[in-house]
This record gives sequence, structure tokens and C-alpha cells, in this order.
Amino acid sequence: MSPMTTGFWVKGHGQRSLSVSSAVLARTHVSYEVKDNVAVVRINDPTSKVNTLSRHMQAEMVEVMNEIWGNAAVKSAVLISRKPGCFIAGADINMIQACKTAEEVTSLSQEGQKIFDQVEKSPIPIVAAINGSCLGGGLEFAIACQYRIATKSKKTILGTPEVMLGLLPGAGGTQRLPKMVGLPAAFDMMLTGKNIRPDKAKKMGLVHQLVDPLGPGLKSPEERTIEYLEEVAVDFAKGLAGRKVTVEKKKGLVQKIQDFVMGLPPVRKQIYKTVHSKVMKQSKGLYPAPLKIIECIQTGIEKGNAAGYLTESQNFGKLAMTSESRALIGLYHGQVTCKKNHFGKPERDVKKLAVLGAGLMGAGIAQVTIDKGVATILKDTTEEGLARGHQQVYKGLNDKTKKKSLTTFERDGIMSLLSGQLDYRDFENADMVIEAVFEDLSIKHKVVKEVEAVIPPHCIFATNTSALPIKDIAAASKRPEKVIGMHYFSPVDKMQLLEIITTNKTSKDTTASAVAVGLKQGKVIIVVGDGPGFYTTRCLAPMLAEAVRALQEGVGPKKLDSLTTGFGFPVGAATLADEVGIDVAAHVAEDLGKAFGTRFGGGNVEVLKMMVQKGFKGRKSGKGCYVYGAKSKEKKVNSGAEDILKSFKLTAPPAVSADEDIQYRLVSRFVNEAVLCLQEGILPDPVQGDIGAVFGLGFPPCLGGPFRFVDSHGADKLVQKMKRFEEAYGNQFTPCQLLLDHAKDSSKRFHK
Amino acid sequence: MASMLLTSLRSSPLTSVQAAQFAARSLSTSVHLQAQAKSKKTLAKPGVKNIVLVDGVRTPFLQSGTTYADLMPHDLARAALQGLLNRTGLPKDAVDYIVYGTVIQEVKTSNVAREAALGAGFSDKTPAHTVTMACISSNQAMTTAVGLIAAGQCDAVVAGGVEFMSDVPIRHSRKMRKTMLSLNKAKTLGARLSLLGSIRLAHLSPELPAVAEFSTAETMGHSADRLAAAFGVSRLEQDEFALRSHTLAKKAQDGGMLSDVISFKVPGRDIVSKDNGIRPATMEQLAKLKPAFIKPHGTVTAANSSFLTDGASAVLIMSEEKALAMGYKPKAYLRDFVYVSQDPKDQLLLGPTYATPKVLEKSGLTLNDIDVFEFHEAFAGQIMANLKAMESDWFAQTYMGRKTKVGAPPMEKFNTWGGSLSLGHPFAATGCRLVTTVAHRLQKEGGQYGLVAACAAGGQGHAMVIEAYPQ
Repeated sequence: MSPMTTGFWVKGHGQRSLSVSSAVLARTHVSYEVKDNVAVVRINDPTSKVNTLSRHMQAEMVEVMNEIWGNAAVKSAVLISRKPGCFIAGADINMIQACKTAEEVTSLSQEGQKIFDQVEKSPIPIVAAINGSCLGGGLEFAIACQYRIATKSKKTILGTPEVMLGLLPGAGGTQRLPKMVGLPAAFDMMLTGKNIRPDKAKKMGLVHQLVDPLGPGLKSPEERTIEYLEEVAVDFAKGLAGRKVTVEKKKGLVQKIQDFVMGLPPVRKQIYKTVHSKVMKQSKGLYPAPLKIIECIQTGIEKGNAAGYLTESQNFGKLAMTSESRALIGLYHGQVTCKKNHFGKPERDVKKLAVLGAGLMGAGIAQVTIDKGVATILKDTTEEGLARGHQQVYKGLNDKTKKKSLTTFERDGIMSLLSGQLDYRDFENADMVIEAVFEDLSIKHKVVKEVEAVIPPHCIFATNTSALPIKDIAAASKRPEKVIGMHYFSPVDKMQLLEIITTNKTSKDTTASAVAVGLKQGKVIIVVGDGPGFYTTRCLAPMLAEAVRALQEGVGPKKLDSLTTGFGFPVGAATLADEVGIDVAAHVAEDLGKAFGTRFGGGNVEVLKMMVQKGFKGRKSGKGCYVYGAKSKEKKVNSGAEDILKSFKLTAPPAVSADEDIQYRLVSRFVNEAVLCLQEGILPDPVQGDIGAVFGLGFPPCLGGPFRFVDSHGADKLVQKMKRFEEAYGNQFTPCQLLLDHAKDSSKRFHK
Repeated sequence: MASMLLTSLRSSPLTSVQAAQFAARSLSTSVHLQAQAKSKKTLAKPGVKNIVLVDGVRTPFLQSGTTYADLMPHDLARAALQGLLNRTGLPKDAVDYIVYGTVIQEVKTSNVAREAALGAGFSDKTPAHTVTMACISSNQAMTTAVGLIAAGQCDAVVAGGVEFMSDVPIRHSRKMRKTMLSLNKAKTLGARLSLLGSIRLAHLSPELPAVAEFSTAETMGHSADRLAAAFGVSRLEQDEFALRSHTLAKKAQDGGMLSDVISFKVPGRDIVSKDNGIRPATMEQLAKLKPAFIKPHGTVTAANSSFLTDGASAVLIMSEEKALAMGYKPKAYLRDFVYVSQDPKDQLLLGPTYATPKVLEKSGLTLNDIDVFEFHEAFAGQIMANLKAMESDWFAQTYMGRKTKVGAPPMEKFNTWGGSLSLGHPFAATGCRLVTTVAHRLQKEGGQYGLVAACAAGGQGHAMVIEAYPQ
């Protein structure tokens, strides 16, 4: 996991002045030695796995740099981390969160800008020797240096991920990057926050030289690679000081043409315009950070450095105070929490996993498991099913070789861990079985019995169901303490969430083991209690029921989609139904409708059933709300589905049918059900509720999840809206007790 | 049972000559007297046939693109095989089998062993097959021969290897090949024309062979440079070792030590009788070269790497009984051997480090028992890295699962007649050169045990213990 941290540099004020006298002796984060007129500055935060530009680190760095600049014998310097997987991962998020006002954050940014300005104007050349993550403030530090050398290690990544936290690179990044890599690449980096691999960084001109990682020698590969990087960097530092190495590289013809074109004001204007409209289209204007980033870059280029840096620091301050940034940072913290095993170390590691059912889910689970080196059996009942699943896994891995994130040999090695079979051979050696067969209780029962006849006593039986209560499935088991739910999301190799469901009989060790497997598969994990639909499906079902209602009331699929995406959902409600599968939605709606009664009403389940009958099962069948398969980009509404909707037509109550009302009808049902899950104890805490909703269901990230949304929107306001909807529609809009409690007492908040 | 007794009698240790020799040696090495006298036994094993190297020859090793440029691989191989027949006076029908190694295959002569043997005057009744195992291909050929003899299936086997880098197969691109193959099947003119019309410029770019790992796509020089860096081998150390190799090779060539080299009248050209890659330079000249693989900060250069070479070698291997029965005076016993393999990315060229302790253990010897070392020099940096790895307890413990290091060979016993860096390295021919050189050095220097070790592409390696034949 690469820690997302933010890109700015913070100067410590008071704290340091007390300990200045002993600082020389007591330096713990930054050290340096002078080798042959080259000052080698080594950074290592002893309190953390990663280096961050904390107050402490920064103060020591300033001290060291001043000593170096004051030493006439030093002709050049190398900046290097002693940590194998991390150069500098950015600044500490908590530091921004501790600020109360935008002005405070702006002044932090300005301090950072000032110091990097000194680095940029350094009288001696400074070489940044990068191995591991070089992100945010770390990258801003590196690009202020005169020369950059990076290892080609898989762990070496460069990037400006601030935008993902609703912030911007606030220590000169928005000003230096465009000059270094050009306007289009700088926009791409800062607006997407994507990680850049060393080869690409070299091509872009972000680094000057690459160093190969070394294998075993007389020291461990990691240790020796850092040493080697340092040796090479010292040589280059000497070369720079002796003017044997030049920083400027010769520009090719393409580069010259690009520079010329970019020099034309109308061209730049057009670029700003295009980027702006692209951002607006993708973010629906719900995310302020990308727009502020564009503004900073534009100001710097069009109005000069002073204006650019000022805009950067001011915008940084403003962004830090936005609810969007708080929501995104909250998600970041939540994600970190959900990437830990809170149930302890399982008694035994899962070394062999068996997956039953080679469908979309089963094959996806198999892929993410073998990908992490765990031998996996993929069992299906038919050869066609098995072949399809096998091909899905192969394609998933092969696509990675096309993107060069995997070599073909690595792919083949990973594939060799997969055993596709039709029988229960070797199940006696399985440590865990995950079943992903058809969602039908009697079939699941049959599978439990078959599997338990062949697996060893310690083997865990996990079921990947999206709605069936685990205890009902476990009813067929001889050992319910070994039965657990593992609800994956499709496509498994792309969706980060794993919802683990425990019954009151599931043992703690079984849970620990399931979490350990999920973490190994790279998942973000929430652990919830058992019940119909658990947490995620249970939240989604009422929202989809409301979506069906809206469709019946004559809101077209396209309009419905634009209303939901306009609220911040990455996928519109109609499209989402098609993606999930109309048949699955019908199944779930019916099951949960039976379990929860009228609260899950709204739309008529018969609409979905009729669509299934006509073969409109969603994307997988080529038709759902939309028609798929046509080559044109424009999605066409399925007229057959429209006919069905017409036959179920309902009149829209005008008082609650404005666009915003429709949005809130959908969202409030989602949110109310989430809060009810917390109230009922299905959800252990709001953090997992937010993570589950955002990572599993696409709840708007800018809102931070249903619980943070209630906090920021105000429970009272939400309750008022719901009461209005309740009058028009009935009890599906009745706010739950916990939500009412929060509405009554505004000091009650889900997040501190 | 009786035959077993016979064999063990025949291979009984210490002929009088040997004993006398030891006595002489022990005078000068009084300190080690006890240890040496104790360990210097023969390596014959009960129940295992003694297998001997009768003789070995090779063509001169030439830089590719020079005098051999117009030949084909089997021409070179034939020269070595004929040379072996001449040198040994072997009746051509006495050979039971021929095994030959090659790495870069000429597609027309994929079983180059057979093509060469047919033209070299061997009986057409002698079967021949070709083996390939990168730079240890002829080692594989020799140990295949050893296996055939040990299993009692053959008595006399010729092994060898050939490499011809002056011409390598350069193929059409896959797309072009596909089109051309379809063209064969196209029946109508229209179908043919449409296929021809589908050829694009990109189809015409050829596929060149590279000395690169297929699994990692890394060239060997690049890997060697990283290996040298991993073991902290400096550019200076590499250049010094390269210079040593050339200097020693020159001395050996001038001193007439390289008696395995045969003269070869190249069709249409002169008689060739000397290796042509031996070029002792000065350290200053070596220091001027730019790195060849990792630029600009690498340490492996053209001068401290082995160069592309054309050449072939051949050896005659027999059971001791058969050799003696035919009146030969064998040069050496071929004793224990091992093959090893490890990570082809980061430990591509560490074969000798892994193979040496393993083969020594098998023979019940220690490094100190070995009198003659012949290691394949792929790159100076690779040799230095191996020496450092062998000298490291940490490496032995962390990566080889051993308690202690095996130790590095003393330089005065190491490749003293030059090596692949200077003599040249025709990939599949080098193994026989190493073994023959050990036999010759043991004879010249009066040692008893020699050790051959080599690395090979694919992250593989080989080592063999050779025992001097009593003189």
C-alpha cells in the first residue's frame, strides 16, 4: 500500500527552538556525511515505516542544509532515504487537519514554498536519489533539486496524489511541474494523481537517470540497492560540481515544436478551456480541487511566479477547509483502518484455496488469489464453465502484461498456481473454500454438504453470496463455526471492497483467517453482522427500489442516470442496475422485500421480473435499461424496457418530484438504511459503513460515505426532507431512530 | 561381482609414479604434509566405472567475422572432429556415439552433430545427437558421454561443441512469417494477391537474436553489470582481471601451452593455427572504454567482457578399460559433476558459486585439495562477483543454505593459461576447452585434482572434478 500523503512542507516553529542547543547531537531523522566534497544527506524517520515531511523532519533538514551551505568544502550534495521502499511519501495529513483556518494552512504552504525555493536556488548542485515512493511533498522536494536519479524498482513511484485528498500540491508543485514536464503532462499528473513509474518518469523528463535495482550480493538486495544508488548519485553530484555532467538535455524536434506551440497564448488558452470542461464533465463540478489546480497552473504561467505561488498557497488553504477534502481524507484514514486485521493472526495461513463456481465472481476471486502467490483450485461443474472462467483469469493477467506491469513469465508463473477442475480432487488439502455458485439456498446447501465431505477439519467454508443470510446457509453445515460470508464485488480484480459477514456462531479465528485472505488479495475489508442483505446489499436495495419507482413515474433511464451522477455517484442508477444484473436485482428485491416488508417497497418488483422474462437482464444479456453491444458510444435506451415501464406507469406526486427531490429520495433511502444497520448492530462502526458504501457501491466519494454525509449535511435537514417524502409515499421514508436522535441533537456526530 | 572386483583393482590408488611424485611435493610443503597426504587419494568409487579423457582438441578460437566468416557451423565442428581423429589416430569405427553441443542453431543443421560427423570421416553407422544448455552445452555433451559409458551402453564417445557467431539466423517478423505460410496455402491468384497486399512495412522488420534471457528480456551484459554492482566489484578490479586474462593467455600461447589447438586450413583462406582475440593492453587503454550495457554509470565494457567468437572443440571420452585396451594413455579421469540452477534475473551468472561447493562435497574434497582451477570467464565482473560470493559466509548462509562459505580459489591456481575473456568464448565449445585445459595443466604442473566451473544463460551452472591420470 502506498501511503497517500499530501504534498506540502511544514516548518515547525516553537517546538524546535527549545531543543536547538542539543540538536546537533540529537538529530534523529536527518544525518549527513561529507564524502569527497559531496554531502550525502540521509533521511530516515525512526518512528515510521515511511518518511514524511513532518515538523521534526523538516526542522532537522533545514539545519542540515544550512550547515552544508555554510561549509565551503562541500561542492555538491546528494539527498537519499535510508528506507528501502520510501524516499519521501509526502507530508503528514494530520498536520493539515490540525489547522483551524484557511490562513493557517496557507502560511504552512508558504513556508514550504520558501524552503524549496532555497533548494532550487542552492549554490551547490543537489542530487535527489530516489528509491521507493516519492509522492506529494516528496516529489515537490525532488523537483526543487537540480538533478534526479531514480531506481527502476517496482516500489519506486512518483506522483502528486494530493487531488485524491481534495487538495493540491502546495509547495511549489503547481508551479515547477508544468515547466519541467510541459503543460499537458503536468495537468495529467496533478489532476489524476496517478503514480508514475520510473521508465515513464525518465521519458517525461521528471528524472534524469535511472538505476537498476540489484540482486543479492554481500548484503541484502534492498540494502545494497540503496548503497549503489548512493554511489551512482555521488558520482553524478561530483560530475555536476565539476561541470562534467550537464542538467539540460538536448531537446528533440518534437519537443521543440511542442515548446513553440505551447508558447502561443491562444493555444494555452484553448488547453485551459479544454481541461476545464473535461474536469467539469468528469467531476460534475462536485470536486473543487481540480479546478483550483487549473487556476494555480494558469496563474503561474500567465501572470508569473509571484502570482502563481501566491495563488497556490491561498488555494491550498481554501481547499483544506472544504467538506470535500475532509470527506476524502476521512476515506483515506478509513481505508487505512480497513486494511488491517483487527482479529489477530489466524492459527494457520491459507496456503491452498478452493473456489467453487468458475463464473464471473469465482474466476475473479481465483485471479486475485493466485496473483498473490496462493495456490488455488477453481472448480466448476461443466467444462464450458471452467474454460470460460480459466480464460477470464488468463485474460485478466494477460492484460497486465500488455500494460507492462507483469512480464509474460510472471504471468505464466502465476497461472501455474491455478488448477481448473471438475471434481473434488485435492480438496483434502484446502485450507479455505469459497463458494460462488448460483444464489439459491438449496443449491448452497447441497454444496456445503458435498464440500464438507471432502475438506479437512480445519478448512474454512466461505460463501460469496450477496443477499442470502449466512446463518441460513450455515444451517446445512456440521461445523457452523467454520462458516463465514465473503461478499466480493464485481469485477473482483477491480473492485477494492470485500464485505465479510460473521454469524453469531462464526469463530474469531475463522474471521481472522478470512480477513487475512482478503488482505492478501489486496482488498479493503469491512466486517459486518449477518442478516438479509448484510450491509451493502441492504443499503443498495432501497435505493434501487426508489430508482424503479422513479422510472415508473416517467423519469427516463438517462435522466435518472444524470441525476445520480450529478449527485456524485460514479455510475448512474439505471446503468448500475444493468451492471449488477436486472435478474440479480429482482432476486434481491424480492428476498429483501419479504424480509423487511414495505420499507423496501417503492418500485414494483414486477417491473424487474417482467424485464427478466423478456431477457432484459442487463449488460450481460445485451439489453437492460439500455441496449449494449452497438459500437456507437452513445448508449441507447432499450425501447422494450420503456414499454414495460409504461405498462407499470405511476403518477409522480408533484410535491416531491423536482430533480433535487428525486436525488434526495434515492440518497435518503440509502443513508437511512445505512444508519439503521448501525443502529441494529449489523455495522460495527460508521467508518466501515462509509468505506463499504463508497468502495463497494460507489456512494459519492466527495461526500465521504453515508455517515459523513449525515454529519456534513445535517441530520435534521435530512430528516425534514424524509418527512416530506414520507407524507407522499409512506413508511419507506420513515427515518430510523438513530437518525432521529442525531437530528434532535446537533452535537451528535458519527465522525468526530 | 567379479567384474566389480576387477574394476576396483584396476583403479587401485597410487601407482608408484604417483607416490614418488607426492614424496617430492611433500618436501616442499612440509607444513601441509599430513593434510595433503591424507586427502590425496584417488576419487574412484566402488561399483562406478572409471571414465577417462583420452584427448581433447579445438580449432583456434577466432573473433567472429574474421577468417571463419564464410563457413557454416558444421564446417567448424567437422574441423574439430577431424582434428581429434588425427590427434588420437582413432579408428573411425571405434566410436560408439557422438554428442555435440551448440547454442545459436543454424536452422539447416539443427542436428549439427550428425552433419559434422558425416563429413569428418566418422562411420555413417555412428549415431550422433546435439545438446544445448547455453554456455555449458559441451559440458552437457561430455557428461552425456560419461553417462552413456557409466551405464554400460557405450565404451567410446566423442563429445564437443561448436559456436558460430559470424552468421546467426535472422528471421522475418512473426507477422511476415504468418503471411508467407498462408501464401503457401492460398489456392487462387486473388487469394495470393490479397495476402501480398496485406504486407505492411512493419512486417519487414526482422527479428534479430540477442544474447538476452528469454524469461527476463535482460541482456547478459546488463545482468553482469548489475551482478558486479551487487557484489561491489569496481571497474578497476574488472579491468585488472581482464588484463590478467589476456596477459596469461599471451604467455601460454607464446609458451606453447595451448597444445589443444589444432591447425585448420580454412577453405579459400589461410591455415589458422592461433587464437586471435588475445590482446594484452594497458590499464590506461582499458580505462578509456565506455560502459557497454548500463550507460553511463555501468562498469562492464567491451574489454572486460568475453567477445563474440567462432570455434569448435572435441574430446574423446572412454571407459578406462577400453582406452587401455586400445593402447591409449589417458590424460585424466572425469569424476563427479553437478549441474545447478538459480534465479535467472539476479543470480544469472552465479553458477560457479553454487556448483563448486556441491561438487567438492560430492567428491569429499575441499577447496584446498584442488590444484588447478578452470572457470569460464563470461565477464571479468562475473568472475570477481563469483569469487566474492564464494568468499562470503553471509551469502552462503542466506542464499545457499550452507553453514559456511566454500572459499575463493587462490589466484595462482586460477585460469593461469588465460580464459574466455582472452582466448575467446564460442558458447558451446568452451566446456571442452576448460576440461582439456585442466588435464593439460595437471600434467604440466603435476597436480592431482582440477576443478571446472561455469555459468550459463538461464541461471544455470556446472562444475566437474577432474583427476590427473597417473603418469
